[in-house]
Parts: sequence; C-alpha cells; structure tokens
Amino acid sequence: MMINEITILPGRDKLGVKENFDVISLKAGETLSIVGPTGSGKTAFITDIELLAQRDTTSKRQVLINGKVPSDEIRYDPALKPIAMITQNTKCFADLSAEEFLKLHARARKIVDKNIIDDTIDLANNFTGEKIKKDMRVTVLSGGQTRSLLIADAILIGASPIILLDEIENAGIFKQEVIEIIESTGKIVIFVTHDPTIALLTQKRIIMENGAVKKVLNQDEMELKVAQNLIEIDKKMGVIRENLRAGYLITNELVNFA
Amino acid sequence: MKLLVVAGPPSAGKTALIKQIIRRFKDEMKIAFLKIDVVKAYEDIEISEEFNILTKKVYSGDLCPDHAGVMVLGEAIDWANKNNTDLFIVESAGLCLRCSPYLNQGLGIVVLSSISGIHAPEKMGAMVSLADIAVVTKIDLVSQAEREVLIQKIKETHRKIVIMETNALQGTSLQRLYSLIENSEEIDKNNLFLKGNPPLGTCTICVGKKEIGWKHHFGVIRKLDSQASEYLYRGE
Ligand SMILES: Nc1ncnc2c1ncn2[C@@H]1O[C@H](COP(=O)(O)OP(=O)(O)OP(=O)(O)O)[C@@H](O)[C@H]1O
Ligand SMILES: Nc1nc2c(ncn2[C@@H]2O[C@H](COP(=O)(O)OP(=O)(O)O)[C@@H](O)[C@H]2O)c(=O)[nH]1
Ligand SMILES: [Mg+2]
Ligand SMILES: [Mg+2]
Ligand SMILES: [Zn+2]
Repeated sequence: MMINEITILPGRDKLGVKENFDVISLKAGETLSIVGPTGSGKTAFITDIELLAQRDTTSKRQVLINGKVPSDEIRYDPALKPIAMITQNTKCFADLSAEEFLKLHARARKIVDKNIIDDTIDLANNFTGEKIKKDMRVTVLSGGQTRSLLIADAILIGASPIILLDEIENAGIFKQEVIEIIESTGKIVIFVTHDPTIALLTQKRIIMENGAVKKVLNQDEMELKVAQNLIEIDKKMGVIRENLRAGYLITNELVNFA
Repeated sequence: MKLLVVAGPPSAGKTALIKQIIRRFKDEMKIAFLKIDVVKAYEDIEISEEFNILTKKVYSGDLCPDHAGVMVLGEAIDWANKNNTDLFIVESAGLCLRCSPYLNQGLGIVVLSSISGIHAPEKMGAMVSLADIAVVTKIDLVSQAEREVLIQKIKETHRKIVIMETNALQGTSLQRLYSLIENSEEIDKNNLFLKGNPPLGTCTICVGKKEIGWKHHFGVIRKLDSQASEYLYRGE
C-alpha cells in the first residue's frame, strides 16, 4: 500500500480536556520522536497509530491515512496493515521456535520470500550479543534477544511504510545499528524515547504531558549539531560498554579522551 | 431483543469485554445479563452494582455448563423478554470444550487472551469454530508480531470468523464489534436452536459418580486407547 501521509487528529488528555493541536501530519521519509515523563501517554500515542484509532481508544484520537479514514480491511488484516510496531514488551508467550514464530508471522503478512526467516534471524543477531538460533523457543529468549528478534521481524517481515519504536534504547542492544538501518529506508519512523541523541536526530518531536500532546517542535540546525556530538559520545560509550562486557580493562588509548 | 452469547476460557476477559459493551449501550438499550457457571460466579453482583442493570446467575453444578445453558436459556430468554430487554448478554462458564453455547440466532462471541498460548485456538474446538466473532484481549501485554501470529492461527482454525483485538480493560478499538451488535437481528424466540451438535450423551462421571474404573460407569464413554468405532462403549 502506498502511504504518502498519516494524519493524527486531536483527542483528549487524562482529564478529558481537548488536546492543544489542530493536526499532526507525517509524510513518507519523515522521522518523529515522542518525549515526556513516565506515564505521560507516549505509548498510548503510538498505540493509537498502530490501531488506526477512530475515536475509539481512551485518548479519543483519530488517525487518517492519505487524508482518509482507513477501511476495516486495513485496520484488521495484518497483511494489509501499513504499520509495524516494536512495543516496550520483552516477552513472547507463544510456545514456538524462533523459526516457527517467524514463519507464522510471514504467513500473516503474506510474505512469500523463502529466505525471509534466515535473513530475519541474521539481522536480529546483529543487534544482540548472544546469538539467537532458529530452533530456540521464543519463550526462552532473554529480554534483549526477544527485542532484537522483534525489531528484525518488524523491519523485514512487518516491512511496513510506517515503523513505531517504543524505547528501543532500553533493550541493551546495539542502538547505533538499529538507527542506521531504520534511517536509510525512506519510511515514516516514530521513536518513543528517553534518549537525547535519538530525540535530537528526528526532524520533529512531540512533547507529551498528562496523556496529551503538549508541544510539537521542529529540529533546528543547532540541535542537529548537538545531536552529531552526542553520536560521537554514544560511540565512545558503546566502545567502553562492549569492552567492559568482554572483560577488558578500559584504557585511554581505547577511548581517546583529550 | 438482540442476543449475545459470550464464551471463552476462564480469565480470558469475557467479563471485562461485556462491561465495555454494557458501558457503550446502556444509555440506548435496556440490557439484561446472565452468567452461567459451575460452582461460583460474582459477575452478576459486580455488573448490577456497577451499571444498575438486570442480572442473574445459574450454577450448573454436576452438569456441563453448556448443557445447563441449553436447559435454562429458554426460561432466561422469557425472563429477559418479560422485563422488556433490548439486549440480552449471556456469559458462559467456558469450561466444556466439546460443547459450544452458541445459538442459530444472535451473535456468538469467543473471547481469547493474547497470552493463552498459540495452540489455544485449535484446542478450543467448537468454542472457536462455531463463533461468529473472535475478540482477542490483553493486547497491551504482547508484541504486535505475537498478536499477528495468534490472529493468523485463529484464521487458520476458522476462516470466516470476524476477528478483532482489544485491551478489554480500556475497551480499545471495539467500534467494529459495536456496529456488528447494533446491526444484529432481533431474535425470534420460537426458533432458537443450538448451532453445534452436542455430544451424544452425558456420562456418569459428568453427573457426579466418583468411583474409579469401568465397572462403576455406563453411558457414552471411550476407552483410553480405543478406535473411533468403539466410541459407543456402554460400561461394564
Ligand atoms: N489521553 C489519555 N486519556 C486517558 N488515559 C490516558 C491517556 N493517555 C495515556 N493514558 C493512560 O495513562 C497510562 C500511562 O500511559 P503510557 O503507558 O502511554 O505512558 P508512557 O509515556 O509510555 O510511560 P513510560 O515512559 O513509563 O513508558 C496508561 O494507562 C494510558 O492508558
Ligand atoms: N492487561 C489486561 N488485563 C485484562 C484484559 N482483559 C481482562 N483482563 C484482566 O484479566 C482478568 C480476567 O478477566 P475477566 O474479564 O474476569 O475474565 P473472564 O473469566 O473471562 O470473565 C482480570 O484480572 C482482568 O482485569 C486486557 O485486555 N488487558
Ligand atoms: Mg511507554
Ligand atoms: Mg467472567
Ligand atoms: Zn459439555
């Protein structure tokens, strides 16, 4: 399905007061971050998008696709749904092996490519330290492994023009690689995040409070510069983290502090 | 009067879903609620206190709750009718996976939880395959991929079923269910039949005999390693 634009129409905050914006629109290739205190409604906001809410969720928001109310088929058939979401959740309950799980999901999304299962597991293994094997049951994967698998699944099997990511930074996975992959796709990408680098790297950001959108801001040049500096710091952090995990001593040569 | 028969395993979210339906329609229709359970149920009290609508419960005791449902539903429908009910909601106990409580009229809704396991739709047999609508609850607890895997599994069990997903505690995205209820036909109480074929009979264990071993029992029961042709075993 061709997605040129998604539109979010305002709902109500936790006290029932109308949200303070007229419309939020995102076009193909645009990125958005959602920030705000714990419990402010960030997950609720992207869940509204995932469910293509029609004023029938707690927030009473409405979501349009290409300016129109999406049909029931698009709302309810995973094969037609233009949205992939990675939730905060790090547990799978399905008693299936990783391979069986991905196969069923590929069937649900009507994907025929036979290599998709191996590709997805390979991609997941780029994000996580301990490798996932095809025949491991998804119920025994660790939190980070599960998230890596679900992220790879969303990118390759979900393969949707809109990707929603809920706090990927918390999974102990390799953030940088996830960001690179997602940024190179020309999709609409929405990050719920507490991470300043991710928040500053997106073109727009929404600030949430009390269940409602409080502000919508556009990234400026200064912020982009700050973001680039933060990426350098993050890389150093990443090097230190990986060396720590591997049991090495941290030396000045390693991180090159001035 | 419109009729909803809601079935599903214990703790699937039947009551949570029914509360959302009542909340949505209570200002437009007169609603009555019946709970059928085996030994204990509190839904009738809870719902009448929360919404101030007509409620009733029946315990099936020794009998299969779906069998009990068949027996009492006639009277229950008269009771709801006499009280000028517009929408009559029946919550089944959801224990017997051989029987199914759905009727040839009204809507049969099966409630399944996202965390009940991937094989639940197959194991639940007639409870899923004879339902008109499947509502998957607790979607707030699992990933999108896992939800879609479960939906796929339900579709493969029952191709024509209308599936929807919700966080039943919040009543998320139930608009489609509400319009199916709104558009469902009034029932004709003189023409109500069970949708499925009930089992051929009830066994002596079902009616409460506790003794172990063949010689104490008769009825339509099956030996541990019997073939289908030996189904009609009659005890010793
Ligand atoms: N507009 C709203 N009206 C009513 N309730 C809301 C609204 N927005 C969010 N909520 C409720 O508030 C609670 C917290 O929201 P949510 O989980 O989205 O927070 P969050 O910002 O993602 O928090 P965290 O950073 O801890 O993940 C949830 O129960 C959610 O359903
Ligand atoms: N998180 C979550 N909990 C739910 C949901 N639906 C029901 N529950 C909880 O699951 C439990 C069982 O629900 P209930 O409606 O009583 O199930 P019933 O036995 O099928 O009637 C209760 O504790 C509910 O609060 C849901 O969609 N999400
Ligand atoms: Mg959240
Ligand atoms: Mg109940
Ligand atoms: Zn039975």
